[in-house]
Amino acid sequence: MAPHDLRRPFKRPAISDQQRRRELSLQRQSQNRRDAQQQARCLASSVLSLQSQYPDPVPELEIEPESQPQQEAGPLTKDLDIRQASKLRGPEVRKWFASQLMLPEWMIDVPDRLSHDWYVFARPAGKRCMVVSSNGTTVSRERNGSILHHFPSALPSGARTKDPSGSAQSYCILDCIFHELDQTYYVIDMVCWRGYSLYDCTAEFRFFWLNSKLAETGACDAPSHYHKFRFSTVPVYDCDQRGLYSAYIESVPYAKDGLLFYNKHAHYQTGNTPLALVWKDEKCSQYVIDTDSKGQVLSQQQVVLELQEDGKLSTSDDPPVIFGCLDGEFIQKSGLQSGSLLKFAIGNGGLSFVDGKLEKSDLNYLGKSNRARMFADSYSKVIFQYMVRHTPLKFDDLLASVSPSDDEENKPCDVEMVD
Amino acid sequence: MAMEVTQVLLNAQSIDGTVRKHAEESLKQFQEQNLPSFLLSLSGELANDDKPVDSRKLAGLILKNALDAKEQHRKFELVQRWLSLDANVKTQIKTCLLNTLTSTVADARSTSSQVIAKVAGIELPQKQWPELIVSLLSNVHQLPAHVKQATLETLGYLCEEVSPDVVEQDHVNKILTAVVQGMNASEMNNDVRLAATRALYNALSFAQANFSNDMERDYIMRVVCEATQSAELKIRQAAFECLVSISSTYYEKLAPYMQDIYSITAKAVREDEEPVALQAIEFWSSICDEEIDILEEYGSDFTGNSDIPCFYFIKQALPALVPLLLEILLKQEEDQDQEEGAWNIAMAGGTCLGLVARTVGDDIVPLVIPFIEENIAKPDWRQREAATYAFGSILEGPSPDKLLHIVNVALSFMLSALTKDPNNHVKDTTAWTLGRIFEFLHGSTIGTPIITQANCQQIITVLLQSMKDTPNVAEKACGALYFLAQSYEDVGPSSPLTPFFQEIVQSLLTVTHREDAGESRLRTAAYETLNEVVRSSTDETAPMVLQLVPVIMMELHKTLEGQKLSSDEREKQGELQGLLCGCLQVIIQKLGSSEPTKYVFMQYADQIMGLFLRVFACRSATVHEEAMLAIGALAYAAGLDFAKYMPDFYKYLEMGLQNFEEYQVCAVTVGVVGDICRALEEKILPYCDGIMTQLLKDLSSNQLHRSVKPPIFSCFGDIALAIGENFEKYLMYAMPMLQSAADLSAHTANVDDDMTEYTNSLRNGILEAYSGIFQGFKNSPKTQLLIPYAPHILQFLDSMYMEKDMDELVMKTAIGLLGDLADTLGSNAGSLIQQSLTSKDFLNECLSSKDHMIKESAEWARLAINKAISV
Repeated sequence: MAPHDLRRPFKRPAISDQQRRRELSLQRQSQNRRDAQQQARCLASSVLSLQSQYPDPVPELEIEPESQPQQEAGPLTKDLDIRQASKLRGPEVRKWFASQLMLPEWMIDVPDRLSHDWYVFARPAGKRCMVVSSNGTTVSRERNGSILHHFPSALPSGARTKDPSGSAQSYCILDCIFHELDQTYYVIDMVCWRGYSLYDCTAEFRFFWLNSKLAETGACDAPSHYHKFRFSTVPVYDCDQRGLYSAYIESVPYAKDGLLFYNKHAHYQTGNTPLALVWKDEKCSQYVIDTDSKGQVLSQQQVVLELQEDGKLSTSDDPPVIFGCLDGEFIQKSGLQSGSLLKFAIGNGGLSFVDGKLEKSDLNYLGKSNRARMFADSYSKVIFQYMVRHTPLKFDDLLASVSPSDDEENKPCDVEMVD
Repeated sequence: MAMEVTQVLLNAQSIDGTVRKHAEESLKQFQEQNLPSFLLSLSGELANDDKPVDSRKLAGLILKNALDAKEQHRKFELVQRWLSLDANVKTQIKTCLLNTLTSTVADARSTSSQVIAKVAGIELPQKQWPELIVSLLSNVHQLPAHVKQATLETLGYLCEEVSPDVVEQDHVNKILTAVVQGMNASEMNNDVRLAATRALYNALSFAQANFSNDMERDYIMRVVCEATQSAELKIRQAAFECLVSISSTYYEKLAPYMQDIYSITAKAVREDEEPVALQAIEFWSSICDEEIDILEEYGSDFTGNSDIPCFYFIKQALPALVPLLLEILLKQEEDQDQEEGAWNIAMAGGTCLGLVARTVGDDIVPLVIPFIEENIAKPDWRQREAATYAFGSILEGPSPDKLLHIVNVALSFMLSALTKDPNNHVKDTTAWTLGRIFEFLHGSTIGTPIITQANCQQIITVLLQSMKDTPNVAEKACGALYFLAQSYEDVGPSSPLTPFFQEIVQSLLTVTHREDAGESRLRTAAYETLNEVVRSSTDETAPMVLQLVPVIMMELHKTLEGQKLSSDEREKQGELQGLLCGCLQVIIQKLGSSEPTKYVFMQYADQIMGLFLRVFACRSATVHEEAMLAIGALAYAAGLDFAKYMPDFYKYLEMGLQNFEEYQVCAVTVGVVGDICRALEEKILPYCDGIMTQLLKDLSSNQLHRSVKPPIFSCFGDIALAIGENFEKYLMYAMPMLQSAADLSAHTANVDDDMTEYTNSLRNGILEAYSGIFQGFKNSPKTQLLIPYAPHILQFLDSMYMEKDMDELVMKTAIGLLGDLADTLGSNAGSLIQQSLTSKDFLNECLSSKDHMIKESAEWARLAINKAISV
């Protein structure tokens, strides 16, 4: 039993730097964990409040869409807004973001007053996404809510630069398509600009604002350290004969994927809307008829429908359109749950309509849909695809509908700046 | 057989390598073939007075190693092995061991004492060998001196080996009686008295009851104090060691003896030989430790435990104690600053003075200032150094306003001494003192700044100049700069250090390349200071921090281009890699915290990751840990982009999780898994099977240090949050583990503060795991899988609430979990939630909490519960 060592640290700090590194790491990790959990909770509560506050759908075309509730709704602006949400993570967030884009219906008949009330432009081929710039960073999210890029950009508050105008409030939300080939974000709509919400503005104003504001920021410049991807606007035309023809035929720096039609008076409405339409044919899109993963056109048209509690099969529309019904025994045997997305092929019986309404469909069950799918097909998509296979709506039909002869009154449209 | 063993044991100590190796092989074979016979032979050898002392000693040593090991699981195996031996064999061995105590050969007796203690350590907790203590003590008075000495030594080892609760009080009394009698001045044999004094040191923790009895305590204290006066140095030293141990174990019983103890210690400090004087100083340092702890407890929120009161011994002794300590500050040794591990009276006295300052605060200042003033400018370096050291010592403890004036006066004197004083020792202490000034007095909280625009330039110039001084002075200058930088952390967008940033970094890098940077841990200090300079840097200097990335990467790269290295060189290389990985970690964390710098930094990510992977090839604990920490920071910065490194990195991640021995590495790796979960989200899924398997193994292992287990539970939560309902397949493994850990942590009796703290950290981990799982399953069709676990979880919350011993963090996590459970299960758990105590009393308590975080979580829980029960 030798004497015990009684040396004490001499001229030494109490904590070594290594210990400090370890502790700082632990602090950072537990802070990150707390943030992640707190964010999940925040988001959950806003999403819940949002769902319960959604108004009844507005089915009639004539009615000007109401201003969207999430602009005024307390929880979203109070607890969380899209700026904060853009940096959140997790399955909840993805689901939430998936419902934030305005989704065009497929054009299954030509709307009245196309040449007066509508814009047309060639849709860039690529990933549709929501781009949010705030607090010195920019995040893009795809339609299914997953993050596409997280990057610095020249958008307001899009990078940590010493930009005096970049106050915390100065965030932006853009509706874009990311075009892989030239690594460019083509901005097809502007939702918020420098903290100013454009949800309640008409498309006419939004497009005007987009065209005048985007270039100011340098976002359309070539990429640099603080600006990783180029942004670009797309040429938008009034949907008269010349405009329609230009959108269809004229060359653009991007690969086209159909034509988009926007009603000039429509506000930015999240989810499916008949006030924005998409139309395609082989000439202006590589992706007209649905293909399988190898790019082969499917022998039979396939549709994805959502199983309801009563066994009915519905589209993603609001209100949903019912395409058929599964019997309870089958549901039980296959272990299907309500809410599941199921894939069907349209059989030889096809779809039958009475008075323009779906009367009967011949559906063959194929299985559950791909897990990445968030929603069922919309009614218009199914019908458009059906028409493409049987009686397609041709470009000539569109042209005809905007022919000058049809165009009796050529009265100018009031630009509604803010309502 | 017996002959053979003797020769083999001797051969095993041969200087001839081949002979030795052969002998070791034979011993190993013998042990494997027939353990009982092997152990019997060894004990016979040890007991046999006809055998050479060397073979007896080795026989005892091998026996000892057959009973105990450092590694926890190995130790456990050996205990089981001994317990399962045939009872007759054990009895024979023990008889041999006890017989050896009567041997005339001192080494044999001493070895046997240690083996007996090891056997007792195994058997007494099993209620075996009950006769041991009685038989040792049966006729201790009549024994010849050498046997008495061996008996006392055995008792000493025994007390060191077994825990007090397995020895009944009657036996404790007998042991103490024998020990104290052996220590008594009437014991004429010094060997006996020394053995008894050393035995008392170990037996003190057994003496709770005896110290509560005034008469017995008085007697023990008297004998200990008398032993400090023995003519024999070793006895005096051992007796002071007893006093030091008593000062911490029985602090609250000391009051009646303090006057005497002061006299004894002061005399020893002034007059006795160094080993004794050092123990005497240590007594006061130890009292300071106790009082600092108690006063800290007073200062913090009163926990309600009836803790030991402070007797303010130091405050009372102050007028005599401080002059004593100042006096011995002058007993420095030449070159003590260059000598690694040096420890002498002056150093011990200085350290004690610092502790006294922390204990009494302001009161020490007027007692020390005159000493400083008188000596600081004397021609004798000892006086200048002592004065400077005294000054440095009192900078922590007293309130800043008591010190600011003198510090402001002293600063320019110190700066000039650091460059001009001819004595290395003085410069070393001066640089150290400057560091203390920056550490304790230059915080932003204090009114008058010590460093102004006017003197900042001078301070930095002097420090950078001193970094070219001898390694010990340069190291202290680095340390001073470390604290200077630290005091500018969180200074805002602009730091006074910005104009000097480039120069500072360059100087530090130059230091790391000094030929003699290996001395006085200079290189380490330079890198640590560089780390702190980076940590405290602002946006203004971000471009310069970015420039540092390729520089440090290059350094790391150079260490990896190693030729064949000796083991000594490899150790040095590993150390350097650790420093460089640590530095990169700090840089990554810094640059990763702001978007623009992060994007520029990320261009280096591929190469840095490549370097880290190469570092993992080196099997050194610290390197692994540092590289792992750095990778965690990288994952955080890289986000989803980290996915591309996973295929190459995964095996090292797994290795880290398997590293039971170096549990720090394991713990750090668990943290990194969390970082990666948050970075990759669902993209971590392909790796989850492997990670979960490893984490579950870690949890079931009894080899793994317990401190790693709470973070593993938290990590379950991270994984579940990342992969959502895909966590389904792990539920059947993770949930039972969480449940049993929850049961264990709900009702742990509060043995001590450490245990309470551990229990709370365990609870926090469990709760975080549940929270992550519930949040992950939210809105999934599979939420119903979680319903069966809800009752148990609510029960767990209820029982923790009833125990009333949650800390704030646990409360916050617990109430948050209630919200997550309600949110995810909704109406399915509505009635269950309403029945729980947690949803009422606990929730209300949290809602009215003053703690912002608890309140916030409680609001969340209320919202979620309302939704769940309104449907």
